[in-house]
Amino acid sequence: MSDIHHNIDLPVGSIEKQTTTLNLGPTHPATHGVFQNIIELDGEKIVKADATVGYIHRAFEKISERRSLYQITPLTDRLNYCSAPLNNMGWHMTCEKLLGVKTPKRVDYLRIIVMELSRIADHLICSSIMGVDAGAFTGFLYVMQYRELIYEIFEEVCGSRLTTNIGRIGGFERDFNDIAFQKIEKFLKEYPAVLAEFENLFTRNRIFMERTMGAGAISAERALNYGFTGPNLRAAGVDYDVRVVAPYCSYEEFEFDIPVGSTGDCYDRFQVRNGEMWQSLRIIEQAMQKLNNLKGEEATVYHADVPEYYLPPKKDVYTKMEALIWHFKIIMGEIDMPKGEVYHSIEAGNGELGFYFISDGGRSPYRLHFRRPCFIYYQAYEELVKGGMLSDAIIVMSSLNLIAGEMDA
Amino acid sequence: MALTSEYIQQRLTEKFGDQVSNFEVQYDILSFHADKEINLKVLGFLQGEADLGFNFLTDLCGVHYPDQKGKELAVVYHLHNIKENVRVRLKVFTDIVKPGIFTATGLFSAANWMERETYDFYGINFIGHPNLIRILNVEEMDYFPMRKEYPLEDQSRTDKDDEMFGRGGGGPFGFGTEKTIHGTIAEDEK
Repeated sequence: MSDIHHNIDLPVGSIEKQTTTLNLGPTHPATHGVFQNIIELDGEKIVKADATVGYIHRAFEKISERRSLYQITPLTDRLNYCSAPLNNMGWHMTCEKLLGVKTPKRVDYLRIIVMELSRIADHLICSSIMGVDAGAFTGFLYVMQYRELIYEIFEEVCGSRLTTNIGRIGGFERDFNDIAFQKIEKFLKEYPAVLAEFENLFTRNRIFMERTMGAGAISAERALNYGFTGPNLRAAGVDYDVRVVAPYCSYEEFEFDIPVGSTGDCYDRFQVRNGEMWQSLRIIEQAMQKLNNLKGEEATVYHADVPEYYLPPKKDVYTKMEALIWHFKIIMGEIDMPKGEVYHSIEAGNGELGFYFISDGGRSPYRLHFRRPCFIYYQAYEELVKGGMLSDAIIVMSSLNLIAGEMDA
Repeated sequence: MALTSEYIQQRLTEKFGDQVSNFEVQYDILSFHADKEINLKVLGFLQGEADLGFNFLTDLCGVHYPDQKGKELAVVYHLHNIKENVRVRLKVFTDIVKPGIFTATGLFSAANWMERETYDFYGINFIGHPNLIRILNVEEMDYFPMRKEYPLEDQSRTDKDDEMFGRGGGGPFGFGTEKTIHGTIAEDEK
């Protein structure tokens, strides 16, 4: 055992101790959320990093065991709150898989637009925050305007911005209005220039490259063993993307590339996220094209025809007996589900967001487990930062896009 | 050659005989049970054999089945063969009196925190785990909250009685453990 390790085991405050203990968190500007790292420093070098999570644990899995399906959607909002629509869609698709609901093509395309917009919102925050943590504030403010525009689009579609509760089983609660489509067009027109300028600020910026290259690197093999998914895994060179490997929601009809890195360090993670934003733009453009190509009834439908799970129009609820009954039954959660176990996953902002749903035929899940990508890859943090400098630890943290809500469930 | 459920099942039964059972395909995923003594051997076999190649541990979680005597707690592993996009679900059962299952941290580093989470919620002891302490709940907690004997809501509440909608009566655990006073909130307020 080396001297350093001997030092760590000494009690706090002992005179013989030659390392420094530093608390990063639970409320520290660098954590961007409520979690803690107890870091043991030898000078400025990290010899140990002990991660503590759970500060905002809200027992979602327990609560879900008493709730009906629609009452669980707002819980999923609060997992990765930087891209809540992705979680909502993932949850609704899980329910659809269990209930055997088929969605019309237009619903799939509308969903893809919402999902890719929220992926961009998620990635632009992560990439620009990395800039902030490396000392470059400008890029952050620059892209922030366009997150605002994305939130405005969500507002047009569902009425809320951050925790969206967007969509229903089988589709959307209402059709996209004209303003929503105009704003999407505006976003598609203006964002590429902004993203290009954002990349100009960072990609070949000497200071940024020095700060991020080689920091927090991980090999593809270790990343897989640690259960990495999403941009963090792809930065290590594995082209695993749920949208391609196990397509859902008609992703198989779309043409896009999977950006991959090679070293798995902070710079590659940054590059992969930026590359994905470009691909998301491509996907949204194709989806808009496909929407315009739809004809007849297909061009107006915005939900599947499933009266057992989809709320009837409000006007009918007040005037028709049948609609009133369904409305009541759905709201009270009186629809029994089929028995069975289903696992469904989607490519969320941070990687594979999975829902393991055990139904015993009752009104709420017997057991619902969320596979939260953030929680699973954060355990590699010690391995990523060990032996590096304290300032690297900060940038590694922001490059992983750790969202406390997703970690703690 | 595509990796089919039949082939996986055949390979597993050849290797482990009747220690693996209850093969079933549900919603595209092959699901099976294994004895708890051989959970690591099964996981290692699925991971290590070149023709199976389940080298990605997607998910690990616990489930509580209070009615299965001697097999009350389950640990569920979801493994993924990323190349072929095939998933399998392995369930291992243990009793609730002295729940113990071998840790998978030696095979998958990802299992570390997921096992801690399962321990935190269900009290399953993962034998050989390097650091089996609570992760999401406070360390002082002296029970395992995801077990079914802990109903979610305050038992003393009477304003949420709702036998008309399937939430009254029933067994001692889970739904309907509230006291049943017949009547609605509106009637109580009169």
